[in-house]
Amino acid sequence: MSELKSKIAKRIAQEIEDGDVLNLGIGIPTLVCDYIASDIEVSIHSENGLIGLDKEAEEGFEDKDIINASGRPATIKDTGSFFDTAMSFNIIRGGHLDMTVLGALQVDQKGNIANWMIPGKLVPGMGGAMDLTVGAKRVICAITHQTKKGTSKIKKECNLPLTAKGEVDLIVTELAVMKVTEEGLILQEIAEGVKLEEVIEKTEAELIISDNLKRF
Amino acid sequence: MQKVVEPKELDHIFKDDMSIMIGGFLNCGTAETVLEYVNELDLKNLTIIVNDAGFNQKSKGKFLANANINKMITSHIGTNPDIGKKMNSGEIEVELIPQGNLVEQIRCKGSGLGGVLTPIGIGTKAEKGNKVMEVDGKKYILATPLGADVAIIKAWRADQSGNLIYRYSARNFNPIMAMAADTVIVEAEEVVKNGELDNNNIETSNIFIDYIVETDSSLL
Repeated sequence: MSELKSKIAKRIAQEIEDGDVLNLGIGIPTLVCDYIASDIEVSIHSENGLIGLDKEAEEGFEDKDIINASGRPATIKDTGSFFDTAMSFNIIRGGHLDMTVLGALQVDQKGNIANWMIPGKLVPGMGGAMDLTVGAKRVICAITHQTKKGTSKIKKECNLPLTAKGEVDLIVTELAVMKVTEEGLILQEIAEGVKLEEVIEKTEAELIISDNLKRF
Repeated sequence: MQKVVEPKELDHIFKDDMSIMIGGFLNCGTAETVLEYVNELDLKNLTIIVNDAGFNQKSKGKFLANANINKMITSHIGTNPDIGKKMNSGEIEVELIPQGNLVEQIRCKGSGLGGVLTPIGIGTKAEKGNKVMEVDGKKYILATPLGADVAIIKAWRADQSGNLIYRYSARNFNPIMAMAADTVIVEAEEVVKNGELDNNNIETSNIFIDYIVETDSSLL
């Protein structure tokens, strides 16, 4: 599983450009950090109130007042800054985030995303997920292609309560890279060693196969 | 006007059925000394406004797990299974609001605004119960002001007059909540004499603060 997740994170890291301001969600998105090219500079925003988030704090060097959005002890770059929650969400809503990478329970061909509750089972709340999905200029969904039971998470239409409507731009799984467009969901890349038929079979959404299909 | 008090001098402020706002993001930036004291008061039927339910073993999460709460207005409870259980059993009503909308609602209260138009939550369950308005063809939720009887906030340093400085990411909701409640209690890790804080660096002005409690140093 961790290998699949790393593959997703590694591919998403290639979408990041020099100077980008990013917010990375919990789970696979957090791993993206490890694969950002060493010759570019990015600023990572954390919704609890900072820009310039750096690595998690090493044991013995934790500061109770510096945490990331998962509540884990973190560090900040020399060029970082702290602010209150209102400013933090002004940054998110105001179009100042180039990209957010979010995990999900489901995503669909219209760019709808569901990642905050399963009715009757799990109601953790949306936290900042709705704000990030609507506010960021570009939304990348990092998601394994199927559930453990083998159901496709890439839907024609999400049937779980939505986090946001039509906001996802790119979906990256361990099998495929798919772009949400007005025409529909375009399959742009498939993973090395995976057959096109397998991707189509494991995807509930209707896929438009790109004329320029690539491997990743 | 003597603002610096011991927790037990806050007794007269707290009553059953009141609404309390609590600053902090997970374990960071919460007034633990004050909350330990409020837990002992055995208040009933509280309405709590808080970003998240924290972790049930510590800080505000421990307070929330032990308190008699009627309603919680919050953005996230997933880290605190005790609150999840109480929500599922119907013991606590939980109103979930996107985090950025929640902070704007509190800011509106403290800023005399009738509400803000936010695009967050359109097309989702967060629309429910809110007025939706259209401006230039785009839909927005009207997020209305949200205040409380008491706010319990946390600062790093306070002077005796109530000027505050926060530390790193412990700022979060604290300065916003400082403006949105009838009575505001700040817990500061260090209370210094007036004049000892640099006027240039004050993040919350003393006019918002009613009471100052120094953190019990055993909690630091």
